[in-house]
Amino acid sequence: MANVLQTSFLPSTSSLRRPSISGSKGKSQSLQVKAKIREIFMPALSSTMTEGKIVSWMKSEGDKLSKGESVVVVESDKADMDVESFHEGFLAAIMVEEGGVAPVGSAIALLAETEDEIAEAKTKSQSSSNSTPQVVEEKPKQIEEAAPDVPAAAAAPSVPVAEAVTLGSAVHPASEGGKRIVASPYAKKLAKELKVDLGTVVGSGPLGRIVAKDVEAAAVAVPVAASPAKPDPVAPGIELGTVVPFTTMQGAVSRNMVESLSVPTFRVGYTITTNALDALYKKIKSKGVTMTALLAKATALALVQHPVVNSCCRDGNSFTYNSSINIAVAVAIDGGLITPVLQDADKVDIYTLSRKWKELVDKARAKQLQPHEYNTGTFTLSNLGMFGVDRFDAILPPGTGAIMAVGASQPSVVASMDGRIGMKNQMQVNVTADHRVIYGADLAAFLQTLAKIVEDPKDLTF
Amino acid sequence: MHSTLSFSRATTVPTTNYAFHSQSPINLRFCGLRREAFGISILTRSSSGRVRLSTRGRSKRISASTGNNGTPPKSFDYDLIIIGAGVGGHGAALHAVEKGLKTAIIEGDVVGGTCVNRGCVPSKALLAVSGRMRELQSEHHMKALGLQVSAAGYDRQGVAGHANNLASKIRSNLTNSMKALGVDILTGFGTIVGPQKVKYGKVGFTDNIVTAKDIIIATGSVPFVPKGIEVDGKTVITSDHALKLEFVPDWIAIVGSGYIGLEFSDVYTALGSEVTFIEALDQLMPGFDPEISKLAQRVLINPRKIDYHTGVFATKITPARDGKPVIIELTDAKTKEHKDTLEVDAALIATGRAPFTNGLGLENINVVTQRGFVPVDERMRVIDANGNLVPHLYCIGDANGKMMLAHAASAQGISVVEQVTGRDHVLNHLSVPAACFTHPEISMVGLTEPQAREKAEKEGFEISVAKTSFKANTKAQAENEGEGLAKLIYRPDNGEILGVHIFGLHAADLIHEASNAIALGTRIQDIKFAVHAHPTLSEVLDELFKSAKVSFGSFLHCSQELLNFYLIRFCDYALTRHKLLLGLES
Repeated sequence: MANVLQTSFLPSTSSLRRPSISGSKGKSQSLQVKAKIREIFMPALSSTMTEGKIVSWMKSEGDKLSKGESVVVVESDKADMDVESFHEGFLAAIMVEEGGVAPVGSAIALLAETEDEIAEAKTKSQSSSNSTPQVVEEKPKQIEEAAPDVPAAAAAPSVPVAEAVTLGSAVHPASEGGKRIVASPYAKKLAKELKVDLGTVVGSGPLGRIVAKDVEAAAVAVPVAASPAKPDPVAPGIELGTVVPFTTMQGAVSRNMVESLSVPTFRVGYTITTNALDALYKKIKSKGVTMTALLAKATALALVQHPVVNSCCRDGNSFTYNSSINIAVAVAIDGGLITPVLQDADKVDIYTLSRKWKELVDKARAKQLQPHEYNTGTFTLSNLGMFGVDRFDAILPPGTGAIMAVGASQPSVVASMDGRIGMKNQMQVNVTADHRVIYGADLAAFLQTLAKIVEDPKDLTF
Repeated sequence: MHSTLSFSRATTVPTTNYAFHSQSPINLRFCGLRREAFGISILTRSSSGRVRLSTRGRSKRISASTGNNGTPPKSFDYDLIIIGAGVGGHGAALHAVEKGLKTAIIEGDVVGGTCVNRGCVPSKALLAVSGRMRELQSEHHMKALGLQVSAAGYDRQGVAGHANNLASKIRSNLTNSMKALGVDILTGFGTIVGPQKVKYGKVGFTDNIVTAKDIIIATGSVPFVPKGIEVDGKTVITSDHALKLEFVPDWIAIVGSGYIGLEFSDVYTALGSEVTFIEALDQLMPGFDPEISKLAQRVLINPRKIDYHTGVFATKITPARDGKPVIIELTDAKTKEHKDTLEVDAALIATGRAPFTNGLGLENINVVTQRGFVPVDERMRVIDANGNLVPHLYCIGDANGKMMLAHAASAQGISVVEQVTGRDHVLNHLSVPAACFTHPEISMVGLTEPQAREKAEKEGFEISVAKTSFKANTKAQAENEGEGLAKLIYRPDNGEILGVHIFGLHAADLIHEASNAIALGTRIQDIKFAVHAHPTLSEVLDELFKSAKVSFGSFLHCSQELLNFYLIRFCDYALTRHKLLLGLES
C-alpha cells in the first residue's frame, strides 16, 4: 500500500496545468518559463487526499537528481511516502518548505534540466510565490522574510565576539584560536533551523564549545520586558479569533524567555532626579545628541566604576568579567524588537555615540544590522519613558548580568532636606540582575553612582 | 553481540503446512537459550527423559570422569567438547545433552560470553531505560495520550545497576541450566593440541588434556578497534565499556553506524547526550535495506540531537587528557585526505567485531584463519590450509564470521549437534532474523531489496515488493506510535518469501512470523490465511502478506484478477491433495 508513488512528477507544460491553480500560475506563465524547468506537484497519494504535508526534503536546492531518486517525503492522511523524480535534473527551488502543507496538484518545487537554469528557476519560484495568493506558496515566502529578521533581531546578549579571543575562557582551546567552530550536534541543528551563523556565537559549553543554549540565546532579540512597547497591539493585519504560529524569531524569543527562568534574578529600583540631565540635553540637542545616547553614556560611565555589574555568569561557577562596556539598547520594531549595541560606550564621546546610535537605528529598521552590532551587548537598557510609563521591570536576557528598565522622567513634588517643598523632574530606574554574580550591594552602589552622574552630568560631554 | 535472546520451548516442528516444500534440509527453530535456562519449574514441563537426565546430573558430583551423561565411547573422555560458553556454545551443549551426548564446555572467562556479559543482554537493559525515558520526555506524545508527567530524570548508577544485574541473572541461569543437565564446565582457556584433543587450564596451573569425539570451536569475538585509535576505557571506549555506563558524556562520537552504534545512539540521546556518527561508507546504517535505513534515519537520526559525517574514516583518536578533549582526526574515505578534526567528550568505537581465535592452537591441525575467522563449510566443518575438511572439528558463531549474531551461533551449534548425531543438517542463514533495538525497533530476515534484485536477475525470476505502514494499524495508533513500515520482498510467481524488513514498534518481536515462514518454506498464499488477533501489531504482517500479489500462472493458469479467497482455498486444497497422492506429505 505505501508504495513509492509513480505519478508525482508531471512535466509542467501548460496543457497539463490544472484550471484550479491557474490563478497562481497565470503570472508565472507570463514569465515565459521554458519547458525545461519542470514543476514538481504535490501528488495525490490516495483517493481521499486533498492536501499533503511535506515531511522532509531529501534533497536541497541545487542538488542533482537522477531519475527514480527520492526527492521529498510527503505525509498523506494514511502514510508517509517518498516521491521520486521522473526526470533527471537539478532541484532548482523548493517552494514549500518542510512542515508546509500544499493542496494536491500545486507546485512544491522546481526542477531545472541543467545547472544554468537553476537561477532562472529560482527567480520564477520567487515571482510566483510573491504573486500567488495561495497559502501554500506563502509559506516559503514567510520563511524567507523571517530569515533576515532573525539576525537583525538576534541580539545575542552573550559576550562580544570581538572579545572572544581575549577572553580566553570562551575560546575552545583546540579550535586554533577560534578559527574553527566547535559546536555540538544539537547546536548545529538549531543554528540551521534558527538561521544563526555559528561564527558569531560564542560558546559557553565545556571547553568553550557552542551548545544549544548559546544558539538559542543568539537567535533571540534581547527579550526585554519592552514587549508591550510594540506599537499597536492590534495592528492592522491581525485577524482576531485566529491562532497565529510564532515566526522563527518569535519562537526563539519564547524559548529564551523560558530559559531566563533558570537564572536567579532580583530587582533594585532607584529614583533619579533628571533636571540637570534635561538641561544638558536641551543644550546639546541641536548637535544631534539623543537622550538614548546620554543615558547609555551615563550608564557606561557608572559601569566603569562597577565592573561586576558589567559581568555575567556563563557556567554557574564563575564570573566572566567583560573587558568592554557595550550597551545594548532595546528598540521596538514591527513584529519584535532588536537591541543594537553601542560598543565601548564608556570611551566614545557623546557626539560620536549619538551619530552611531542614529546609524544603528536606521540599519535596524532596514534589517541590515551585522551580528556584531546586535549580539555583543554586555549590559542592556530598555526605555519605555517615551510612552509615559513611569516604572516597569525587565527580564534579564540569558547570557548577560544585568538589564536596566528606564521609566519616564516626570515632574514630581519633592521635599528637600531643609524642609521646603519643590518641584523636580524624576525618573525611576529598575535594574534586574543575576544574583549569582551581582549582589544587592553591587547594584545599590552602581545605582548610586549612576544617580550622581545623571544629577551632575558634566562628565557626559567630557 | 547484537541480537536478541529468544526463549522458546518449542520442541516439535509444526507438521501441518501446505505448499510446496522446497527446502530439503530440516530446519530447526532457532532458540538461543532454552526454557531450561530458567530453572526448576520448567523442568517439570519438559519431556520426562530430560527430567531424568537432569536429576541424575544433580544427584552426583559433576566431574569429568564419572561420566553421567550419555554413553561415551571408551577411547574418548567426551562425545563433544565445546570451546567457549557463549550463547552458541550453550545452545550446542543443551542440544547435545538432549541428543544423549556426553558433553563438556570449556570457558576461560565467565559463562555467557559476549552476548550475556558485554552485548545483547546488558544493552537491552539500557535500551529498556532509554525507551521509557524517551517516552516520558516526549511531551507531545504524552499530551496526545492525555497524560501529564513532570520532568523525567534518571540515576546513572541505577541504570548501570539494572544492566549489570540483568547480565548476572542471565549468566547464572545459563550456568545452572548447563550444570543441571550434567554438562561439565571446564575452566580455563582451551587449545587444540591435535585431532580430537584439547588442552585447557588457567594461566599458572598445570594444563589438563581431554579428548572428545567431536570438537566445536565457539570462541566468539571481541570489539574491533581500527589502528590509530587509542582506547583508554574511559573517554575512548568500546561497547564493553559503554555497557557499564560509567559516565554519560555531553557529546559522544560514535564510530560506525551499524547495530551497535545505532543502539548506543538511542541510549545516549535518551540520557541527554548529543551524538556525532562517523561512518566510513557514504550512507548511514549500511547493511540495512536502503528503504528501511532511509526511514530509520528520518526517525532515529534527524529529529534527535545527532549529526554525522559519512564517507570518512576516524584515522586517529586520542583520549581526553591534560584538560584536552577527545580529539578525532577524520580522513576522507576516498581521497585519503585529512578532512576534519572533532573535539568531543567521548568516543565509542562500534566498528564491528573481530573473531577471538588467537591461541586456539589451530596451527596444530594445519588450519589458517582468514582475518582471524576460522574457515568453515556450510555445515560448519572446519577447512584446513589445503582446503580439506578437518575431521571432527567444527566452528560456530562469531569465530567463523558467517553471521555474527548470538542466535545464529546457537542455531549453528544445534545444526552441528544434529550432524554429529547422524542427521544431516544445513542451517538456512537466510531464515535467521536480526534486530536492532532502537526506539522504534528495526528487524529483518532474508534478503534486502537490492540483494533480492541481484539474485532475481542472476537466476531469472521476477520479484515484487509489498509494503504496509504502521499508520494503518489500530494497535500502533492506540499506542500513538504510527511511525513505521513493513516491507516484503517475494516472488510473485510462486509466493516464496525472500525477505521481510520491519521498522516500527516492536519490530523485533514481529519478525518471527516471517522468519519462521522462510525457515519452514511457507508461501505467501498459505500464510495469508493465518489468523491474527485483533487489534495487535502482528496485523501489520497480516496485512503485508495479504497485500502481496501471487499469481499461479505457472500452475493453474489463473489470472491475477481471479485470485479471490475461494480460488486460493481451492488451490490449496488441490495442491495438498496432489501432494498427498504423491506421498510428499502425510
